[in-house]
Formats: sequence, structure tokens, C-alpha cells
Amino acid sequence: MAKKMHDTPNLDQLESGPWPSFVTGLKRLAQDKDYVVDVLGTLETSYKTRKGYWKGGTVGVFGYGGGVIPRFTELKNEKGEPVFPDAAEFHTLRVQPPPGMHYTSDVLRKMCDIWEKHGSGLIAFHGQSGDIMFQGAKTDKVQDAFDEINELGFDLGGAGPAVRTSMSCVGAARCEQSCYDEAKAHRQVLNTFTDDIHRPALPYKFKFKFSGCPNDCMNSIQRADFAVIGTWRDNMRTDEPLARKWFAKHGMNELVNDVVARCPTKAIQLKEVKDVRKGDKISSVKVSDTHALEIDNADCVRCMHCINVMTGALAKGTDTGATILVGGKRTLKIGDLMGTVVVPFMPLKTEEDYGNLVELGQKVIDFFAENALEHERTGEMIERIGLVNFLEGIEVDIDPNMVSTPRTNPYVRTDGWDDEVAKINAKKAAA
Amino acid sequence: MAQRNPIESGVPDNKQYLHPTLLKNYGNWKTHDRPRPGVLHHVAHSGDEVWSVRAGTQRQMDVHTIRKLCDIADTYAEGHVRFTIRSNIEFMVSDPNKVAPLINALEESGFPVGGTGNSVSMIAHTQGWLHCDIPGTDASGVVKALMDELYDEFRREEMPNRVHLSTSCCEINCGGQADIAIIVQHTKPPKINHDLVANVCERPAVVARCPVAAIRPALVNGKPSLEVDEKKCICCGACYPPCPPMQINDPEHSKLAIWVGGKNSNARGKPTFMKMVASGLPNNPPRWTEVAEVVKRILHVYKNDARSWERLSDWIDRIGWPRFFEKCDLPFTKYLIDDWRGSRASLNASTHIRF
Repeated sequence: MAKKMHDTPNLDQLESGPWPSFVTGLKRLAQDKDYVVDVLGTLETSYKTRKGYWKGGTVGVFGYGGGVIPRFTELKNEKGEPVFPDAAEFHTLRVQPPPGMHYTSDVLRKMCDIWEKHGSGLIAFHGQSGDIMFQGAKTDKVQDAFDEINELGFDLGGAGPAVRTSMSCVGAARCEQSCYDEAKAHRQVLNTFTDDIHRPALPYKFKFKFSGCPNDCMNSIQRADFAVIGTWRDNMRTDEPLARKWFAKHGMNELVNDVVARCPTKAIQLKEVKDVRKGDKISSVKVSDTHALEIDNADCVRCMHCINVMTGALAKGTDTGATILVGGKRTLKIGDLMGTVVVPFMPLKTEEDYGNLVELGQKVIDFFAENALEHERTGEMIERIGLVNFLEGIEVDIDPNMVSTPRTNPYVRTDGWDDEVAKINAKKAAA
Repeated sequence: MAQRNPIESGVPDNKQYLHPTLLKNYGNWKTHDRPRPGVLHHVAHSGDEVWSVRAGTQRQMDVHTIRKLCDIADTYAEGHVRFTIRSNIEFMVSDPNKVAPLINALEESGFPVGGTGNSVSMIAHTQGWLHCDIPGTDASGVVKALMDELYDEFRREEMPNRVHLSTSCCEINCGGQADIAIIVQHTKPPKINHDLVANVCERPAVVARCPVAAIRPALVNGKPSLEVDEKKCICCGACYPPCPPMQINDPEHSKLAIWVGGKNSNARGKPTFMKMVASGLPNNPPRWTEVAEVVKRILHVYKNDARSWERLSDWIDRIGWPRFFEKCDLPFTKYLIDDWRGSRASLNASTHIRF
């Protein structure tokens, strides 16, 4: 039995209502732990004053420079003593999840046992970077907790100016849209950088994210410095029985308005069966005895919409890999940046292919480490130096897929034009 | 005592945790459908099938809640679970007869089943007052309050397309892009505790963090400190993390803003950033009712007005911004016209106007 609970009239109001309540969970932990009684006292104070009361500091585990988020209370009385002394320290261990965030009940129970023994008993599945967050440990318990988590097969994630913990979608494990082995790419790339994860020494954070298709369920384009998004080069595949089944259920209005009309590049057309074209770049499928869908794959931008609507009837191709986009991030400091194309297509089938992905990651991080200013993200660095300089640095050739449009102003010195054309022609001749 | 060296194992192999049907059909799935909200049914090229039941959680879970989910996984499912990016938990089963009892067990234990397809899924969120060192508001509490209100929409698939929500406790926006996002918007420059700056802050680094160069070194009361040109200051809070004596959070003046139309998927149009459509909402714990009211209003209008498969951004692309503000009964103020770098690209350079 723990000490008496503090009054928490504000938090109590978050116990009603149908959604699972984290307050109810904290109160249950507080039945056995003085620690959590005081965590609730601190949080209730924030609800009253609308102020936060945690400050950072330096807490870590032996051998690593990051991965623990230190928190010390700033909620002190006039003598400088903590108002809630049992929760004067509330550190978090960031722990890297397995790709796709798969677990057995057995391993989750072991995590619970470790955290009940050494920490507050509060675990978040998962933080916004993908970490399992073991929330709330005192300084003298951090090492013990880490040792046991580490022995269980898990390792700390990134914090500060480091390569950060990554996430990958459910992907090949359970999704028909998967264009590469996301888990393999995730592990192979991230485990190349364990030193950069555990010992922060970069200009600023660097995030990889892995999505198996352009639906980008990991939101990599907006959040990752290095987004690996699955795609394919060959024609879409079709399945007539599933297409007919879909049409029988949904009808012509939905086929026209929800599928054909929503294609962003008008690559998909509804045709009478007799009018369907044949050709190297054409995919087609009958939806009935009279009508068929015809897709000109040369015009298709692999947006996924028609495949999402008619899953199985329409499917990605088999020449699969990924598009690599670099430089995504959110607001601070210069404003939002999307990741932009650096490699339009990288095959991801063979061991060599995955090796190439790792190598590209290494080049980008090396260039970032050498050239970014302090606290400058990769996207901001590219904005400052220009894409062409960045590409030269990582030894990637330019490609028109990297731009939405060519330049719209004449403010550039072009006296090297002929040399550039000669280089392009020489490369073409050599290929 | 000798210290233990860490095992730098990095990302663990997920194969050891995969449901056997997932492991067997890895990379070989053919199609899927949704027999009911909250249930995904995947079919492999081998003919194998798997049903995944998705349920909402509070994300910040006590060990008792996690053990309860494990009990359900062992009794009603097959011992294998995964979490989605929005902190929903999924239970995989290879027998369709297990689905209904599993759903009952989850709902009886207070875990709503849903979050699939065209539902309003769980809110991606941050740490807030519970653990962050720079929060303007709470995260888990805002989410709990809002998901109570959106409970039915989580359990149904009645929206035009999927709806992703996020909340963020400062303008760094850890919650991320979403169809609708709630983000702290400070409205006053930082209040500087000049006694502490010299000891706590690396002053040149703080000066460099400011997006509008409004911070400069100064000698205040004989001590080296920093000062802010309040005419230039955009109240973003970028100076606060590297220099906590520059207090940006204010119980009264740190407001909440609503942003809409973020989309990371490439489906149909290219990915989009969200746009600010409302601000000045009060930071009112424990249930943030003023914020919830605006979010619900936007969702309600979108639900009734958008066509099938239109994400919130697709819907606004069709109806236009003037009608969005009109239909949602939101004031379009001068603060919503961008004046940051590159802002002319957000102006209407055409005569495309809907009357």
C-alpha cells in the first residue's frame, strides 16, 4: 500500500467517459507506489496552473551518451524542496521497437515486470519517433532497468543530435501493398548506425522512416530526413475475378466517380471491352462482360488510390523497390519541409540492393555531419546550399523526377551548359 | 562493482514476435477487406487468411492495462499483437470464429474496437505536462477528452475517408501532420528571467535559434543576458528549449490553434501540409471543451459534405477555402494569410473563384 493520494479534482474528470483513461491507470499504479502518487500530484498541479514542471538534465546508462530523457521536478516550495518529493525524478528510457511493432504477449509481460520493479509502471506504446517509452524512473534505477531491458533483447533509442529511432509499417508481414522488405531495410540501415544512435555527435537529429508503399503509413515524407517509400517500375497487375466481384458489389457510379475520376493523371480509363488497347505499358481488366478498366502505366504516378479502392483487383507490379526522399521535417526553424526525391527508384530485392540503401544512408549522414550547421536539419541544409550541391556531395546524378517543374527564373549563371550536356551525352554513350 | 557493458543490439528482429500466419506468408499477401469496423481480413496468395482486430488504447499505459491486453491476447487471440502508428493495438487470429469473442472481451474490458477504414482513428500525440520539459498544454488529457467525444466515430466507418488527428503541446509539433491538428500557439513574447540567463543559456546558440533574428545579447542589471525585439518576435517559442529562462508558456496567453488538411499519403493528390484555420482557443483543462467544439464542428461538416474517398484536403480542394470557412462557421482573419518566406505561393494567382 502506498501513501495517501493527493486530491486530484481535475484529473478525476478524465476518468469518466468511454475512452480508456490514463488517469485510471496511473491511480491503479499509485495504489502500490508512492512514486506515482506524487506523479499524479505534479500533474494535477499542472492542470490547475496550466504550467509544466519538468526540466532536463543529465542521466544516462554506462557506455551510452543518449537514449534516456532526464526529468527533474521544478515544482518546489519556498525552501527549494520538491513539493512532491517522491516524484522529484521522472526519467524516461527510449527503447527501439521491432519493425512493424510486433510483440508476443510473453515479451510484453516481461517488459511490464521489469518496469514494475524498477520504474513507475507506466509504458507508452509508442512515442512519436517510434520508441517504446518506459516513463518514470529515478536516477538510481535507470541502469538496472536498462540492463534488464537490454538482456531481453532490446536496446535504447536515439535522443538529441543523433540518428533517431526509426519506424516501419506492418508491410510485408501483413500487407499486400508492400513493395520491399521494410523490416529488413529498417534493421539493416538502423543497425549500421548504432554508434550514431547511442552517442549523439551529429549537427542535429536525423530520422529514417520506412513505408512499404506510397500510402506512406509511417508519414515518412513529412517527418523523416531520409524517407524510404516503396514503389514499383513495371505495370500494375490485375485480377479479373476480384475486379468483377468488386464491380458487382459497387456498380458503375462508384467505378466512375471513386476510381476513374479520382486518378490524378487520368491514366485509368473506363472502356468497352472491344476498345481496350494492347501494349507494353497497358494493364487492363474486365469488370463485366461489356466493360473494362484500361491503365496506361506510363502515365501512372503510383499514387495508390485505385489500388486502395479495388484492392486485389488492382495491384502493384513485381519490379519493386523504393523511392528515397530526403529532407522532411516540421516547423522549427525555417518552416515545414517535405522530403523531396533524391533517388526516384532503388530496386530492393537482393542483398546487394539493401547494401546500396545502407551505403546511400551512410553518404547522406556523412555529408550532413560535415556540412550542416549546428541545430540544422538535413532539409534546411539542402535549402541553404541547394539540391545540386547536396547531390554532388552524396554522388547522386540529377534527374528530372527530382523537381515539380524546372526553374521559373533566369537568375543562374549557365556558362557551363555545354560541358554539362557533354557529360550527360558521355554518360548516355557509356551506359 | 564492475559496470555492465551494453549489448548494442539495435533494432530487434521482429520475426521472433510475428504471428505464425504472418511469418509463413511474409511478403506474399494478395488482398484484404474489412468485414466490420475494427476488423481487417487479409488473404495470402497461399490461401491462408488472418483476421486482425484493432482496438483503441490510452497509449500511456500502466502495467496492469498492458497485462489485461496480454490476458486477452492469450485467452481470446493467439498471443501475438502489434501496435499501429496511432497507438491502437491489433490482435491477429487465424480462425474467424475467434473474432466475435475477442471483440466482446476487448469491449467488456473498456477497449473500443474500431479505428479502421473511414473512421476517426486515435489521436497521434505527444507528452505534455506529464513528461515534457517545454509543454504549453497536456497531451494525454486532451486526447482522452477528445476521444470520449469521438468514441462513436472511432467505432464506426462513416466518414468520407479516413481521418487522422494529432495534438501538439508546442509549435515544434511532435504530434505531426494530420487531417485535423490541435497545436499550441503562443501569443506573447517570452518573459525573460534575466538572473538565470547567463548561467543556464549558451547565448549565441539561443540567438541563432530565432527564425526572425529578434534576439540579441544584452547587459541587464549588470548581468549578461538576452533581449527580445518584441516588434519582430513571432512568439514561436524556438528560444525556450535552449534557454528555459525565456519562458514562453503562459497560462492565459498560450492559446490553441486548429490546423486542417495535412495528408502524408500520395493517394490522389501529392502529400499536403496542414493549414491553420482557427486560433485563439483557450487552453482549458481538464476537458478543453472549446477546442473539442471546433474539432467536432469541422468533422461534422466534412462528414456531411464530402464525397466518398475525399480526405479533408481533397474536400477543401473541391469546395474551396471560402466555403470551408463559411460552412464551418469559422472567421477568416488576417492572421491566416501567410507572410513567412515563400508565402506568395499560397496566394490565389488566378481568377479561379467560386461564386
